[in-house]
Amino acid sequence: MSAEELDDVAAPAASGSAAPSGAGADVAAAVSVRDLRVEVAGTRLDIVDGVSFDIPPGEVLGLVGESGSGKTTVGLCLLGHVRRGATIAGGSVIVGSRDILQLDALSLRRLRGRTVSYVPQDPAASLNPALRIGAQLLEVLTVHGVGDDRPARTERVREAMREVALPDDDAFLRRYPHQLSGGQQQRVGLAMAFVCRPRVIVLDEPTTGLDVTTQAHVLQTVRELTQIHGAAALYVSHDLAVVASLADRVAVMYAGRLVEQGPAAALFEDAGHPYTRRLLAAVPDLRQPRALEGIPGRAPSPGHRPSGCSFAPRCLLAIDECTAAVPDEVVLGPVHSARCIRTDVVRRSARVASMPASGTPLVDAAPVLAASGLRIRYGPVEVVHDIDLQLAPRECLAVVGESGSGKTTLARTIAGLHSTRDGELTLDGTPLAPSSRGRSREERRRVQYVFQNPYGSLNPRLTVGDSVRRPLRLLSVDDAEARRRVSAILERVSLDGSYARRYPDQLSGGERQRVAIARALVCEPEVLICDEVTSALDVSVQAAVVDLLAELQRDLGLSMLFVTHNLPLVRAIAHRVAVMQQGRIVETGPVAKVVDEPQAEYTRRLLEDTPQIEAATD
Amino acid sequence: MSNEAVESATVSTVAGTVAHLGTPRGGLLRSALRMWRTRIGLLCAGVVILVAIVGPLIAPHDPSEFVAAPYAPRGDGLLFGADHLGQDVLSRFLHGGRSILILSVLSTVLGVGGGVLVGLVSAYARNALDDVLMRSMDVVLAFPQLMLALVAMATVGPKGWLIVLTVGLTTLPRVARVIRGAAVPVVERDFVGASETLAEPRLRILAVDVLPNVTGPLVVETTLRLTYAVGLVASLAFLGFAANPNAADWGLMIQENASALTVQPWGTLLPVIAIAVLTVGTGLIGDGLARASSGIDRGRADG
Amino acid sequence: MTDQTVHTDVVVTDTPRAPARRWRLRGVTGFVVRRLLLGLLTLFVASVAIFAATQALPGDPARARLGKDATPASLAALREQLGLDRPALVQYFDWFTGLLHGDLGISLISGQPILDDVRDRATNSLALVLVAALASIPLSIVLGSYAALHRDRSFDTGSGLVLLALAAMPEFVVGLALVALFATTVLQVLPAVSIIPPGTSPFADPTLLVLPTITLVLAVAPYVARIMRASMVEVLESEYVEMARLKGLPERLVVRRHALPNAIGPTFQVIALNLAYLAGGVIVVESVFGYPGIGVALRDAVLNRDFTTVQAIAMLIALVYVVTNLVADIATILVTPRLRTGLQ
Repeated sequence: MSAEELDDVAAPAASGSAAPSGAGADVAAAVSVRDLRVEVAGTRLDIVDGVSFDIPPGEVLGLVGESGSGKTTVGLCLLGHVRRGATIAGGSVIVGSRDILQLDALSLRRLRGRTVSYVPQDPAASLNPALRIGAQLLEVLTVHGVGDDRPARTERVREAMREVALPDDDAFLRRYPHQLSGGQQQRVGLAMAFVCRPRVIVLDEPTTGLDVTTQAHVLQTVRELTQIHGAAALYVSHDLAVVASLADRVAVMYAGRLVEQGPAAALFEDAGHPYTRRLLAAVPDLRQPRALEGIPGRAPSPGHRPSGCSFAPRCLLAIDECTAAVPDEVVLGPVHSARCIRTDVVRRSARVASMPASGTPLVDAAPVLAASGLRIRYGPVEVVHDIDLQLAPRECLAVVGESGSGKTTLARTIAGLHSTRDGELTLDGTPLAPSSRGRSREERRRVQYVFQNPYGSLNPRLTVGDSVRRPLRLLSVDDAEARRRVSAILERVSLDGSYARRYPDQLSGGERQRVAIARALVCEPEVLICDEVTSALDVSVQAAVVDLLAELQRDLGLSMLFVTHNLPLVRAIAHRVAVMQQGRIVETGPVAKVVDEPQAEYTRRLLEDTPQIEAATD
Repeated sequence: MSNEAVESATVSTVAGTVAHLGTPRGGLLRSALRMWRTRIGLLCAGVVILVAIVGPLIAPHDPSEFVAAPYAPRGDGLLFGADHLGQDVLSRFLHGGRSILILSVLSTVLGVGGGVLVGLVSAYARNALDDVLMRSMDVVLAFPQLMLALVAMATVGPKGWLIVLTVGLTTLPRVARVIRGAAVPVVERDFVGASETLAEPRLRILAVDVLPNVTGPLVVETTLRLTYAVGLVASLAFLGFAANPNAADWGLMIQENASALTVQPWGTLLPVIAIAVLTVGTGLIGDGLARASSGIDRGRADG
Repeated sequence: MTDQTVHTDVVVTDTPRAPARRWRLRGVTGFVVRRLLLGLLTLFVASVAIFAATQALPGDPARARLGKDATPASLAALREQLGLDRPALVQYFDWFTGLLHGDLGISLISGQPILDDVRDRATNSLALVLVAALASIPLSIVLGSYAALHRDRSFDTGSGLVLLALAAMPEFVVGLALVALFATTVLQVLPAVSIIPPGTSPFADPTLLVLPTITLVLAVAPYVARIMRASMVEVLESEYVEMARLKGLPERLVVRRHALPNAIGPTFQVIALNLAYLAGGVIVVESVFGYPGIGVALRDAVLNRDFTTVQAIAMLIALVYVVTNLVADIATILVTPRLRTGLQ
């Protein structure tokens, strides 16, 4: 079966006319998925079940979900591919007029890269480190027989590079992947995906790990390319804000099922499924301070999915009928549907009202932590320059910046983990030694640190109880007292007594982060430094953790230094914010003021480039 | 650098992938034992070790006793015939394993113990100390272990303590490289950073945070080194450098009777088979452990 | 259990890498020069170690030579003859400078210059090692790759076990088993000993080389094959290979162009180690077959307490080690673009 036969969809108009969006009903879909089911190999446990959707040419469908929802699996199925340990067990994926799940190996191979192509999540890992990028682009064309000869193909490659705003000269094409920045690598990935003018593109979280600004550029490029070439795009992501700014329609996945799909605006403003609503409530809002709400419990993994609606165990609106059978799709609008029997109740409930988040700082008191003229070096190179910073008692100060800004270096230096520095750093007026080993016990007790990666911050060989207990060595407490304190602090972070005996590998990411927080708080510090503590967590889990931190900050009167790259998150927890760029603080001030009236050019740009759900659906 | 890549690659070879951080408590041994290869390995090694330990107690004759004409064939109460001097092959065989076992175990203990220490300290220090230690290790690694042992014996002669010392000290840098390679990613993990913010004593951090999280590679490396130690000690004996030239020793037996392979093979074959079974046994155990420790790493989160 | 994490390997850090020191030479040339210097340093330290081991260990070399019943007079005479009464540093210096001039010293046994003795032997050993290397390296690369491409199926499991067994057993066991199989007990098709007459080429009678070569190959091939397999498996499961398949590339192309080149890199290191290991392995293998090479020479020298010969041969072997490691390091750099351009 030839590539031409696969292309027998009526070709959409070339550049100049964008395909109609949101009008899927009367335009033949570029790709149609029906009842897709993927199982764990060798079992009947479903990873993905009953997934159906259409994507018309020129439209972007955002596929949203948290970890374990199966969204990446669905994306790969559009190429007839499935990862080791899984098998496609049923359903159809129709591209053109052929079901690609029924294709033989040769036809499938011809399809990939030519009719349906893929943009992977991690560009650094997906480009062959041993081949020049020009060669990697060229081989897609060569293998699919596009272009008559090599010069024609090379010209196509150059054209593709120009489309993604990369240099098209020989010198650049001769580079190896590691000689490109993350953003450039991702654009090469995009170029490779579009070079054969495919009908369908699957983009798998392609902006994860990129700076906000780079991300904005890449999203812009994706938008342009899909419109120019009239391709249908499936944009898989966990980031609702990004999806809001890019997608025409959105589909939400939970525990392997599609729970809601519809036009972006309709879905974000008037969602019909409880999970969608809860998810939206968990996304931080840049415009107003709002308590974030997490979703208690965790998503069921394959094999542990309950009968009936899989969200029912965590749903506040669940009734008995919900667990009886998997809900059918309820139509909410022309192309809007949700799998819930209580959509009427869902839509009647108002959006979560804004609530003040954290406690009130003592602004008139002397700062508990102060840095003056702080300069931090790595070897001979100075990476953080001339920092002046004050943290008032009971205040939460957010430090915001992109990667390379020096915010983590600053945080680690304050904690004493990094010691090559000049300048002054004081705790309640008393200078702090650069290294934690040079500080007194009292000083170490008073300043505590929570790390980013929940998988790395707990010793896998110690029980939760033992890990939380270790900081108590700074105080002289006996065993009984220690055990009491450990239980108390675990309760405080909403982990019951049984957790003390468990090991980290039995806990989820969110639970581990709570343990890390408990460990930091067990000896009652005054200053808590949180370094990107939610960056590795799902949106709903992030919301719960930030909510917890805000509550603790309020109730325990903590002074908190909250380091993050996620600007909207700052609104949910911090009083003041310091914006860092390339090792300097470019702006400081109350959160509301900095966000609504940014003074620095960098801050303005950062705010512009940060995708927002509300902005996109206005 | 070069040797480091090789050493970690050697562990990788055995493991399939580099062993995972933090194997479940006790789970490593249990999952290894579930594999048939580990069990067969234990059986093989176990039988030979038993023979070596218990052998002298059940031997029918004294190993130096002359019981027949040289190279007398099997029969006549001699289950495996007589060796090049007319001594009973079976009795010499039953007596000949202890020396090899003791020497290889001792040298492995020395090599692994020292190597772990150096490797951990080096991984944690990650500064000039690390460089100095590893460069020194490189020098020792520049020679084959056997050659160094021979060179050392050139003037002192084959003494038991010297064998243990040379085999042990040449094993040390190899173990150090592997342990360092496994420990560096652990040291870079945040839970070690958490202990450092508390300024816990460095030794405590090594003992509680780092060491328990390299047990996978450690156990695998130990069985590997034991396997090679047995091979080395036996090879030394075969070359004529047994610790006690008069006592019965498997390696020595092989050398003594090798020329008569056509006439009376048992004098050579019995110890050869024993050494082969022992080393293959420990090798299988090591492989099983390596698979168990890397098997825990499998299983990706799907999105 | 579902992990509620999204992208744990995307760490938003801003810790810059430590910059290169300014005085470093740039590029591949700089790298080669640095490795060369390091190699020379290693050789130097090795020479000190060898010298110290033979002449500074407890035990009097003169007594060792002459035996327990030697008279004090003869001991003193020998010590003077050997120059043992001079300070250690002077002895070392003399010996080392001699080495640099190609003067390996005088054998204590024969009284002849060691170089003459050793030249013939070295050629024999070199021939053996070369043939073994030429046979084992392509064999193990192919074996390892094939096992990886068909992993967890019968060939892979079977060959894996066989290679494991071969790697675990000491070489003399393997050698003797081969002798028993092909020369003495089971079949009698090949010679049990490989005594090459002095002065003749080792290739004059090829049957003499067969069993020793096979023994060496079986000693070395398992390591290289297993590393190759592990490397290939890792590469085949990598994201860029998955991506190549998702681009629609035929499997042949994926393996040839995307998988193999990336799998070969780490293998060079192991090849080097094993080539060098061959240099040590010859000691035992030659002893099994009576092959007149440098290994047997070393053994005899140690047995006879001819420590000057021991020193000389040890230095030769050390030289082989250092050179092969150097070549392997350079080859790895050239084959891995990332490392190569990182030097710029």
